[in-house]
Amino acid sequence: MNLPAGGHNSIFSQISHAATSSFSEYLARSAPDMLPGARTAGMPSGMAAEAVAPHATTIVAMTYAGGVLMAGDRRATMGNMIASRHIEKVFPADMYSVLGIAGTAGIALDVTRLFQVELEHYEKIEGTLLSLEGKANRLGAMIRGNLPMALQGLAVIPLFAGFDLDRRVGRLFSYDVTGGRYEEQEHHSVGSGSVFARGALKKLWKPNLDEAQAVLVSVEALYDAADDDSATGGPDVVRQLWPVVYTVNAAGARRIPERDLAAAAEAVIASRAVAGREA
Amino acid sequence: MTQQFYVSPEQLMKDRADFARKGIARGRSVMVLSCRDGIALVAENPSPSLHKIGEIYDRIAFAAVGKYNEFESLRQAGVRYADVRGYSYDRDDVTARGLASVYAQSLGTVFTADSKPFEVELAVAEVGLRQSDDHLYRLTFDGSIADEPDFVVMGGQTEALTESLRSNWDAGHDFAGVIRAAVSSLEGSAGNAGENGSASRRLGPDQLEVAVLERDPESSRGSRRAFRRLSAAEMTEILGK
Repeated sequence: MNLPAGGHNSIFSQISHAATSSFSEYLARSAPDMLPGARTAGMPSGMAAEAVAPHATTIVAMTYAGGVLMAGDRRATMGNMIASRHIEKVFPADMYSVLGIAGTAGIALDVTRLFQVELEHYEKIEGTLLSLEGKANRLGAMIRGNLPMALQGLAVIPLFAGFDLDRRVGRLFSYDVTGGRYEEQEHHSVGSGSVFARGALKKLWKPNLDEAQAVLVSVEALYDAADDDSATGGPDVVRQLWPVVYTVNAAGARRIPERDLAAAAEAVIASRAVAGREA
Repeated sequence: MTQQFYVSPEQLMKDRADFARKGIARGRSVMVLSCRDGIALVAENPSPSLHKIGEIYDRIAFAAVGKYNEFESLRQAGVRYADVRGYSYDRDDVTARGLASVYAQSLGTVFTADSKPFEVELAVAEVGLRQSDDHLYRLTFDGSIADEPDFVVMGGQTEALTESLRSNWDAGHDFAGVIRAAVSSLEGSAGNAGENGSASRRLGPDQLEVAVLERDPESSRGSRRAFRRLSAAEMTEILGK
């Protein structure tokens, strides 16, 4: 292609190359060692990565009337040990989207932080929000950047949910380690307890749940995951620790307050105790 | 080969400064004002998309007059500087003072070393938790930096506007009050000199670009980002037209 201002080495192409709206692209050029995927320090092969780095577990997400919801338990594990009871794995990405992470906690938290700055950076430079698809694609590119680490056993699998301001609906996206992006319908779950959470969601989720019902369904799905997966933490009534739940609708992302989650968790525990059956 | 004539350094710097000053004075004015609710940024700008005011970081904003392409590249560089700093250290470690000194260095280098100085004047504002913690930095084309109290006026008829703001502005104003004061000063300045000389004209929301840095965005909007642009509807309400 022949640009009016000249070829590939013209001033125009130099300027347009320097002027990127992407924070991660800028970082890759000016300080590549700060990117999460850049740390390819060779691990001794044959060493189990999950035994040395904390692992974050189950995330569930679902659509409800007018938006999407995402919830994560509070446990991180390291081999057979509990590394943290307080870890938070669901974060607001910007005003209209949230992401949850499963996999190697350290890298996942870095990817989250980078993604949050990426979206805010674009918004400040361009003066407008990225489209929801655009955000989902950027996250995919970041996960792809982490592929060498994933092949060494330090994988990060996010779940992304947001409110599409053009279509006026909540949408869900899941990813694989190669950065492949898949749009999910109705509900989805990632992490070690996802099999059980997904089973629960299939029975509990219905179209057009309201927000309070959706919160209850997410807490119950995580309860079921924690029941059968040792790496997923259930509601902790002793320490008063509840899942982290975010909803996103036309008004933006909102964190569900602790007291609502306490009520939801206690309702789930009570209904199971009253039934008095084996699960 | 052409003969290079000797030009004294004093003359060279004076010529460059005069050149930059002329470019800046041609533009319309921008004001940055501290008040009880935070910091208000008011610009006379008929374009709804080519901004003179921008967000840099959580509590830091940018305002400029002069050549658009020059201050826009400085604004983007500022956003990059702030985001990299906040990403590698912590969000609290990004300060207006740090950003202003980086701007001062780049402006100073361009003024002395490049073939043409930047024809811009910048303000970097940081809103504090209390009014006494607000910072307003003014940066001029030669890299001089000044920490100004109360308010900064840049571009156009700076002296007349500063005079009129001295009587209109009050530290106890809320956003609406301080924006009204700024707009009435702009209206009183009668546009560019010599333009039919008549006094007051009216400035509607479509000729103004206004943004605010809220003192406590966490409690008012649940956001850590203090910067907010005011819509035309909000401006109509404030100006009462």
